[in-house]
Amino acid sequence: MKTPVLLGLALLLTACGGPPTSHATGVYMLLDTSGTYTEEIEKAQQIINFTLSRLEPGDSFAVARIDTGSFSERDIVAKATFDERPSAANVQKRQFQTRIDEFVRTVRPSGYTDISGGLLQALEYLDEKAPRRRTIFIFSDLKEDLQEGYVRDFQLAFTGVDVVALNVTKLRSDNMDPREYLERLASWRQRVEQGGGRWRVINDLDRLEALFQG
Amino acid sequence: MQDLFMITDSVALSALLWAALAITVMFLGRDSARRSIATLTRMLHNALRIAAHGLRRAELHLESRNREVLLATGREAKERIVSREFERITATVARDLGRYPETQRTLTEIIQRIDEDHQNTADVPPEVPGWSKAVKAVADAADRADPSVREVLEAIHASLDRAQARSLASYRQASRQRHKLLSAMMPRWRHIQGTLKRMENAVSSILERSRSIDRHMDEYRDILAGTDRAVQTLSTSALVQFTVSALVIAVAVGGAVINFSLIARPMAEMVGGTSYIGTFRTADIAALVIILVEMSMGLFLMESLRITRLFPVISALPDRTRVYMCVFTLVILTILASVEAGLAYMREILLQDELATASLLRGDGAPAITGEALWITTAAQMGMGFILPFALTFVAIPLETFIQTLRHVLGMLAIVLLRLANVALRILGNLIRQTGVLVQHLYDVAIFAPLWVAERLGARRAVSRREAAA
Repeated sequence: MKTPVLLGLALLLTACGGPPTSHATGVYMLLDTSGTYTEEIEKAQQIINFTLSRLEPGDSFAVARIDTGSFSERDIVAKATFDERPSAANVQKRQFQTRIDEFVRTVRPSGYTDISGGLLQALEYLDEKAPRRRTIFIFSDLKEDLQEGYVRDFQLAFTGVDVVALNVTKLRSDNMDPREYLERLASWRQRVEQGGGRWRVINDLDRLEALFQG
Repeated sequence: MQDLFMITDSVALSALLWAALAITVMFLGRDSARRSIATLTRMLHNALRIAAHGLRRAELHLESRNREVLLATGREAKERIVSREFERITATVARDLGRYPETQRTLTEIIQRIDEDHQNTADVPPEVPGWSKAVKAVADAADRADPSVREVLEAIHASLDRAQARSLASYRQASRQRHKLLSAMMPRWRHIQGTLKRMENAVSSILERSRSIDRHMDEYRDILAGTDRAVQTLSTSALVQFTVSALVIAVAVGGAVINFSLIARPMAEMVGGTSYIGTFRTADIAALVIILVEMSMGLFLMESLRITRLFPVISALPDRTRVYMCVFTLVILTILASVEAGLAYMREILLQDELATASLLRGDGAPAITGEALWITTAAQMGMGFILPFALTFVAIPLETFIQTLRHVLGMLAIVLLRLANVALRILGNLIRQTGVLVQHLYDVAIFAPLWVAERLGARRAVSRREAAA
């Protein structure tokens, strides 16, 4: 009779006393604000709103711009770790959306495009939050254009991170030689997968459901 | 490897030689081989037969145990029913027949008063004045024309008229009095009629109950005697009760699920939506715990009311303690039901808040949270949140039946499985034995040529021996 009781207690203690495991999701979104890509920013706003609607209490979300030097906290437009109470999380989501609206109204095109710096910043942010599921959205044409003096040719650690490239538009030069576009995509895929991450491209923004699948 | 089997260069010849060798070896070892086959199959057959026998014994043991359990459960149920019937009879006797002496005295008094009133209502005709004959004699004897006689007669006439009027008035007064007495008798008659009716109902009820007790006692005697009829009846009843209680429990589980969905979401506001115990959200576990506590309280309430008897300790408690327990569990249930109603209200608010946020994020603009018909859903949710805990209380009744009949149903299932296994083992054993015989025959078919030769030689040898003897 004593054995089952002890076993039950042991199971209960194991369940309660185990290390707390996070079930949260962390999303970091990079917005390309270089050149004409700024015109696409409204599409990014839709994606941000969709992401906000999908995130739960306890999840973390940050939106940062990609500019000349993106490895900087100053480039984070809005960030939030949602409260564990659903009502407070809803208030945070509304405030988040307001900040994004304001950014969209006042955004200025940047001279250069430092995607790698932005990715490094995203990885730092996600490491700090330590969610169970980590996702980085890159809303960009993936054409990196670094200012002289910026060093970004090093390996990034994407272990356990989903990297999703969104709305990868074709440049004029891509139209002339599509290989450039394909090589660009392949290059980023290789970089992410070599770093231990998973790479996806979603250009059809009508099926945003796919963002959180897989 | 292939060369190993090649006795000659010709494959066919080698095969033929190998076959001849094999047949010879088989013929020489025929008796041993046949015995081995027979022993092996007999051994397997016996092992399976013993296993089947063991299963049969287990089945019989289980059947006997199941029968005992069924009879014990039936006996207990009958005792409860008979005890309850006796309680009802006691209540009827105490309520209606317990005051029989008082009722009898009341009836006697009423009848006595009615009798007195009846005597008082006897019709007494007005008396005729006694001197009328004397007046008639005077009137006949004297001269009617004589003024003095006339005056006397008129005076007498006037006196008679007055006397008649007085008598009539007196008679009317007496008649009124009689009618009044007769009227006063009606309610007494009705009272007597009502009392007798109540007595008749009480006696009828007792007679009905006694007939019911007789029936239950007959069944109880059958159960005590352990007759097959009683077992069959109890078994059928147990199966029916098991099915019905399982259905009701399934409905109750549906209610519990709805209850859970009502309080799980707002529970996240209380305990947080991000903490987990194992792989389950703490908010979900908290909601589940509340529902389980409510069901437990319902169970204790039913036990305290002696509607169910899952816990003999509670049934054996003194009446006063049970009443305290009833009140205590009822208060806790009410508090939990109120908490649920509050959570259901909170759920509606959260839902509206989430809808507003989702609408804002979609770019539809924030809709008005308040609506004209919104209070209906809010009130319905609150009502369900308050009522469901009390409704779930009654799950204790089918639960008790389910648990009681589960033993019997599981026992029956086990018996069926054992019986099937027994049959399967017996079939397999026979199959193996017959296969052994078949293999022996096939063995003989394989070595039919040397067998035929040996038989012919044996026959010739026998003929020679007979000739030599002759």
